[in-house]
Amino acid sequence: MRPDPDELLARMNDAASKALRGKLTIFFGSAPGVGKTYAMLVAARSEVEDESRDVVAGIVETHGRKETAALVLGLEMLPRKHVAHRGITLEELDLDAALARRPAIVVVDELAHTNAPGLRHTKRWQDVEELLAAGIDVYTTLNVQHLESLNDVVAQITGVVVRETVPDEVFEGAYEVRVVDLPVDELRDRLREGKVYGKAQAERAAQEFFREGNLTALRELALRRTAERVEAKMRSYKAAHGIEATWATSERILVCVSPSPSSERLIRAARRMAASAHAELLGVYVETPAAVRLGAADRERLARNMRLVESLGGESITLRGEDAATETVAYARKRNVTKIVLGKPTHSRWRDLLRTPFLDDVVRKSREIDVHVISGSAPAAGARRAAPAPTSTGTRATATRFAPAAALVSLATVTSALVFGRAALADVVMVHLLAIVVVSMRYGRGPAIFATFASVLAVDALFVPPYMSLAVTDLRHVVTFGVMFVVALVISHLTSRIRDQADSAREREQRTASLFAVARDLGNARSRDELFEMATGHVGAAFHAQATIHLPAERHGGDDAKDDKTAAAVAWALRHAKPAGASTDTLPTASALALPLVGSKGAVGVMTLAIGDPSHDATARETIRRLRDPDERQLLETICKLIGSAVERTQLEDDARDARLRAETEHLRNALLSSVSHDLRTPLGVVTGATSAILDAPDLDPASRRELVQTAHDEAVRLSRLVRNLLDMTRLEAGALALRSSSASVEEIVGSVLARFGGRALTTTVPSDLEVHGDAVLLAQALINLVENAVKYSPATEPIHVEARERGGMVEIDVADRGGGVYDSDKTRIFQKFFRAHETEGGGVGLGLTVAQGIAEAHGGSLSVLDREGGGALFRISVPATPRRATESA
Amino acid sequence: MTDAADVPPSSGASAPRERLLIADDERPIRRFVRLALESHRFRVVEAGSVREALAQVSTYAPALVLLDLGLPDGDGFDVIARVRAFSTMPIIVVSATGSEETKVRALDAGANDFLQKPFGLPELLARVRVALRRSAQRASGAAMPAVVRIGHAIIVDLATRTVTKSGHDVHLTPIEYELLRVLVKHAEYVVTHRQLLEQVWGAAHGERVGYLRVYMTQLRAKLEDIPAQPKHLRTELGVGYRLKLGG
Repeated sequence: MRPDPDELLARMNDAASKALRGKLTIFFGSAPGVGKTYAMLVAARSEVEDESRDVVAGIVETHGRKETAALVLGLEMLPRKHVAHRGITLEELDLDAALARRPAIVVVDELAHTNAPGLRHTKRWQDVEELLAAGIDVYTTLNVQHLESLNDVVAQITGVVVRETVPDEVFEGAYEVRVVDLPVDELRDRLREGKVYGKAQAERAAQEFFREGNLTALRELALRRTAERVEAKMRSYKAAHGIEATWATSERILVCVSPSPSSERLIRAARRMAASAHAELLGVYVETPAAVRLGAADRERLARNMRLVESLGGESITLRGEDAATETVAYARKRNVTKIVLGKPTHSRWRDLLRTPFLDDVVRKSREIDVHVISGSAPAAGARRAAPAPTSTGTRATATRFAPAAALVSLATVTSALVFGRAALADVVMVHLLAIVVVSMRYGRGPAIFATFASVLAVDALFVPPYMSLAVTDLRHVVTFGVMFVVALVISHLTSRIRDQADSAREREQRTASLFAVARDLGNARSRDELFEMATGHVGAAFHAQATIHLPAERHGGDDAKDDKTAAAVAWALRHAKPAGASTDTLPTASALALPLVGSKGAVGVMTLAIGDPSHDATARETIRRLRDPDERQLLETICKLIGSAVERTQLEDDARDARLRAETEHLRNALLSSVSHDLRTPLGVVTGATSAILDAPDLDPASRRELVQTAHDEAVRLSRLVRNLLDMTRLEAGALALRSSSASVEEIVGSVLARFGGRALTTTVPSDLEVHGDAVLLAQALINLVENAVKYSPATEPIHVEARERGGMVEIDVADRGGGVYDSDKTRIFQKFFRAHETEGGGVGLGLTVAQGIAEAHGGSLSVLDREGGGALFRISVPATPRRATESA
Repeated sequence: MTDAADVPPSSGASAPRERLLIADDERPIRRFVRLALESHRFRVVEAGSVREALAQVSTYAPALVLLDLGLPDGDGFDVIARVRAFSTMPIIVVSATGSEETKVRALDAGANDFLQKPFGLPELLARVRVALRRSAQRASGAAMPAVVRIGHAIIVDLATRTVTKSGHDVHLTPIEYELLRVLVKHAEYVVTHRQLLEQVWGAAHGERVGYLRVYMTQLRAKLEDIPAQPKHLRTELGVGYRLKLGG
């Protein structure tokens, strides 16, 4: 059988990432004291001594055992991090020091350890993950009771609940697991000798945890778990080498997750089934309309259970629908699930009478899919589903819901009394039922039940003899009350359910709408800043928290990370493309949540949500509640993905624009170079030639000598002009031309320009009070170029006319000549670089007009060429005028 | 380059051979300036750095300094300040990168004139002669002549405070007259906006260039034939004004 290409690819990726990742070696034992740390240190020493590898002890707990302490002495010790917590100083692994030191192997004891508050990660295994990700090998120790999937089994065996757990993924992903095994008797001997704990502690431990039965069970568990892992490796090996599979690869197990505390046990059991059957694990929760009203505690438990599924390597799925059983089975069928695991019902038989139990329903609908029913957890069974308490509405809110209920019932009673009197009991009942319907529609289940009781009491007391008493003489009336009571309850139940469905639909609608709004706005955003503003605006409004977007090496929007913790969380989230900070397990003490904005090539940025102190900030509590809600969380992550791809898109656009710009610049530079090299060489050639002729011929006649010198001089002047224009051009193009704008007299500008053309016939019409707003020196430069151009292209006998006027807030300065004029076809081209209308001798390089136009445009003006009346060309430069006002006077 | 027409009559072969200092780090420029000036009967000493320039100034006490601002071992502005600390010898700044700010700064620091590279010999000679003549006037302690001719038509009588053009009285307001007087006093030199404002209006008015422009426009209207093509009241854009007596 040929291996599945997808699987092969996945394995290649796996192998590639493994090549970069460090290797994790776990020294795995069944109980404390079997000698894991000792074995680990021996292995570490042999790495140093036999392989000369660079080994550093990150953190090792010797627990006062002498042999172990002796082994540590031979290793380089990394300084520990001291964390003050509640008056005591805790010693922790210094992760950053280890990363900075970059040894080949780090020895980190006790993988399941929980870090002191305030460190980057809550758990040590997360530190180890980071070391591995940095390409550092890690040696560590682990006891079987700390494995997540075995946690509850161990608790059952030993009666001790272990809180510190390590996800099975870490165990499965280890490069090597070495079992450190010790026969049970020997371990108990060691314990008695005080080699594991101190003498006093040892006695108690021997009584509780280290009972022989416990140890044997744990030992078996450890060995079996290791065997499972070896088998998984074998399977992977076989698959990699195309060896025919002898097992059902498509096995999938679906476990029904609920907010119930017993669900946790169910999930662990399902995980064990999945592990031994090499099956995929799916954790499914169906959100029915009734479940939308889950209390805060239930919601949190549900979220925790879903996370548990994920940490056990499963996939968690939330479905929505009217009927949990139908949805579950439909989904199971869609995913080719082979087994459905669900819990034994814990509720009373009475409830089953009212509606079809979930279990029966699933079994009936599941057909070919196996259904496994696992018993609910005994100790936790007492704490069943909490009543769906409306937590967000306090007593005042309750009062506002019950008061109108009472008022409506009173109204019904009064109306009945006035309209029907005491004769028509049926009508009176009807009117009260109407009141109950209204109450249950508007105020929910509680007030509806209240209204039901109130109505029955009111009808009994006021409309049924004996009046003003709750006693009933006629048995028929008891039946009436019974019917009225049941009908009222059914009505209130049905209407409440409709309400819940409507609420659920509305909430979903809101989420969809807000997602749509975000997607639309992000699509419309024209600039990155606009994009960020919209994104942070949406998220901030949805979660009542200040959202800020951080890009690598630059910062955008809002106030920035105020504390180091937040900055660290941002950096971590960016590097690892995973959430960090408040409400996560990484840097949980930060005051903000950092969410990576993931694009196609990893995180392109990070969005932070500033969360206040929940202990005295209601908004912060609300924000945290919403962040714990899986739906809200998913919404937030989807938004982050949208932003991530939008940011990536703008980055790609920027890159493309830069590339285009570079190409254009390159093209221009080549054109410039070829043109300039010609125009620079020509005058230089003339100067060199003429001067060398003078040098070589001492007996040259004075007339020839003078002519040669004159030629050299003229060419030098031309060269100087060319260089000046080139410099101006370069500055204009580089955008380095800073305008020093102020009011300037046009007369003075024209005057100073014309002073340079002493010998030429010139006429002027310039009002003396005309002022421009601009850079006088640059404007003069533009005019010089225009006049030079006119001088070059018109007969010397015809005066050049300069005329200025104000028109519509702009000052127009015309430079008109009587030359050949400009062909219509050339009227735009003459402003292009290196364009020359006539390749005349002594002409410029074709930059003068371009520079003049550049200057005009830098002023927010323009330069154009017109046909002069009576022949010739007219260049008109137009720049903003100084607004006319009463001139200052002395 | 076109200023040749403005060169005042040569001081003649009998004039004393005055010693000039050219401070420039470019040897070709120094050689060109030395050859050109020596052919016009000046003696020239050279300096290639700030240190050399200051040494030559104290050794030879030249009649005039041609100073390049971009010297290798320091700032040309330092040289101006150090020389001005003990001497009023004319300093003409020569620079290739002459932005208007640099010009204004050099002039306000005490330089007398400014010459932008590349320049021609006639322009250089004209500036040097003007500077030397004015320096000689001041040294001899002779009062400014009471009557100054501007071009052919304009006569300024500083004693009677009257101005005539082609024999007709030109009526000037007190400020216009004061402006003209300052320009006449520094004739042929660039006077910066700040210098003009301070000398006409007082030290507190150094920034009010707008005032100045208005009065200069009025002055040009009254004295120049074609105000937009001024022969005498020349505008140095971004720097100041220069009164040319010739033409």
